[in-house]
Amino acid sequence: MRRGRGAGRHCSNRRLRPGSKGRVCGYRGRGPFRRRLMDMGFTPGTEFTVKKEAPFGDPLIVNVRGYDVSVRRKDIERIMHK
Amino acid sequence: MGDKLKKIALVGNPNSGKTTLFNRLTGSTQYVGNWPGVTVEKKEGYFEIDKEKFKVVDLPGIYSLSPYTMEEIVARNYLIDEKPDVIIDIIDATNLERNLYLSTQLMELGIKVVFALNMMDVVDNKGDEIDVDYLSKHIKYPIVKISASKGTGLKELKKEVNEILEEENVSPHSIKPFKKEIEEAVIKIEKHIGKKKFSYFDALKLLEHDSHVLKDYNDNPEILEYAKELREELEKRYDDDIESLIIINRYEYISDIVKSTLKKNKNPKKSVTEKIDKIILNKYLAIPVFLASIFLMFSAAFGNVTTYIMDFLDELIQVHFAQLVSDGLVAAGASSFTQGLVLDGIIAGVGSVVVFIPQLMVLFFFIALLEDSGYMSRAALMMDRLLSKIGLTGKAFIPFIVGFGCSVPAIMAARTLDSEKDRRLTIFLAPFMSCGARAPVYAMIATAYFARHKSLVIFSVYLMGIIVAGIMGIILSKTIFKGEKAPFLMELPDYRMPTIRGLFTHMWDRSKDFIKKAGTIIFAASVIIWLLTSLDTSFHLTSEPSESIIAYLGKAISVIFIPLGFGDWIPSVALITGVFAKESVVSTLNVLVQNSSVGAIMTPLAAYSFLIFVLFYVPCVAAIGATKRELNSVRWTIGAVLFQTGTAWIMSFLIYNIGRLVMMI
Repeated sequence: MRRGRGAGRHCSNRRLRPGSKGRVCGYRGRGPFRRRLMDMGFTPGTEFTVKKEAPFGDPLIVNVRGYDVSVRRKDIERIMHK
Repeated sequence: MGDKLKKIALVGNPNSGKTTLFNRLTGSTQYVGNWPGVTVEKKEGYFEIDKEKFKVVDLPGIYSLSPYTMEEIVARNYLIDEKPDVIIDIIDATNLERNLYLSTQLMELGIKVVFALNMMDVVDNKGDEIDVDYLSKHIKYPIVKISASKGTGLKELKKEVNEILEEENVSPHSIKPFKKEIEEAVIKIEKHIGKKKFSYFDALKLLEHDSHVLKDYNDNPEILEYAKELREELEKRYDDDIESLIIINRYEYISDIVKSTLKKNKNPKKSVTEKIDKIILNKYLAIPVFLASIFLMFSAAFGNVTTYIMDFLDELIQVHFAQLVSDGLVAAGASSFTQGLVLDGIIAGVGSVVVFIPQLMVLFFFIALLEDSGYMSRAALMMDRLLSKIGLTGKAFIPFIVGFGCSVPAIMAARTLDSEKDRRLTIFLAPFMSCGARAPVYAMIATAYFARHKSLVIFSVYLMGIIVAGIMGIILSKTIFKGEKAPFLMELPDYRMPTIRGLFTHMWDRSKDFIKKAGTIIFAASVIIWLLTSLDTSFHLTSEPSESIIAYLGKAISVIFIPLGFGDWIPSVALITGVFAKESVVSTLNVLVQNSSVGAIMTPLAAYSFLIFVLFYVPCVAAIGATKRELNSVRWTIGAVLFQTGTAWIMSFLIYNIGRLVMMI
């Protein structure tokens, strides 16, 4: 399990809810998932905000690098954040 | 200069306005097809500058050049194999960082780039400022401000493209976003490869351990070994894998540039998008709004006005036009064979499909409206939870919804899905959303056999289609379509006011496909079906249906249907004609029962089983044609047909036999 730079005690994948902010500090697992998320701007040190959740609770609408993207909980839980 | 046609590649993020720009540049010269071997759409067209013709290829919308999705692979392969003379990189100005991330990669290809900065008007509206000069100086390539939807800046764009092609002094260059140590490593590898076209790109990819490029250098193990050494050194030094390092480097560099380029409005007013989303994505209002918009779409497409137009068109073709042609043929002394072929075969067959065109155009118009305005992504968002359970994403709901109208546009709509696996699975399942052409069949059988419970019976059939699609989706995604599930990352663009021009272009794009299909496949199918129903086994014209070739075919096939309860030649023939157009089942049954009645040829249970078969079995030839075109493979198309027909047989079998068991109790 690679933690990447800046990993510290608080780097976790706590459940996110609308309004919560996070700063990417690592990922769980490798492979195309992580690559995709990073391509879309979720790089270590990047701040993101959960704006809303979809009416059924999933997926979430997350704002990162100035734009909104929908992400499933299961995928964003791969991102560890402070 | 020279006579060789200059090639321009149009690249950019999805939702950056690329398609709109492409349409503006190429107009009616477009050709849309598929990239060979894959389900990704390929678009090419032409435009002129000073009487010189340029070919433009619209590459799929991509976020990066990594080789992980089909789109990225297709785009990358095109750029490397076809070596276009220039790239137009379209950038969504409201999304600078992520768009520039792709730009840094494009600039490493060693191909000249012209940047089209789109949606500056939206930036202005927000009150943000972009220092385009600063950006241009930094990138050292021309940046042209455009508005693809408004059509501004296009002349300047074409001018810059023309100039950069002629300009000998401008050589392709990259923006060098990497840390010194990484850049040095790339240069070292490049030295080993030797300077040539794409040597920098290859060197970078070798360092990155890119699977596709590694394959190209299999014959040079020393280079591979050297790259591996350098890579491991860097990874140890920075305690991270090379892929991460490079992506992070890129974004860090871009972040810095954008900080100096973009000045955000200090008091941003709540955007219109946010205000609208407060309603559209509101926990309680979202579903009703969604259902209302679907209802609106269907009422318009299948409601009274459109039906009236369809009936009018039907009469125009089958009565008036047919009469004209008939008179003409008689006057020309045509044989009864020719008359039959033209009137009962071609005009009746093609005409019955042409009648659908207004309906489909209305459907396409509303879909274009939902897409262009930005609502579609919200709808997909809502449907994602449900669709993820059958191995798909929220985007698949568009093909499914459309499928209730007609399978052909539904299959075509699968293009918008992100992965080949998703596209294939959706195309396999979409016909289970019972299309409009099957409805008359249900109505006829239900009326004949279940008069009092007609509506309930028909409703149960539709419901069965949805439920079985869900079950089959789960089964298929665990077996044949098992695969790495890509994360569902869907951008939510700002709501935009659709332009009339855009709406009609998008509507017409889709309609054009269907019309072409009607012109070709249906034409051929109509001829064939007429021949089969009108000729007897010694190839003479016959007016006795039970003597025709198709009756013999029906009798031969009917064996398969015995376990399903309707192993008789009449339903069998009806089902065969239903392959050409589902409504034919109705007309065929009517013709074949002659003096008897439709309600007398099967038992009620068998009739229900028959309905279930009609629901699931292979859709019409037009849909099969669309399937072949979208899947781009005969093997997969046959697979889809077998899957659908197999499901039909199994479901009918279960319904009929379980029904009989229940009745015996």
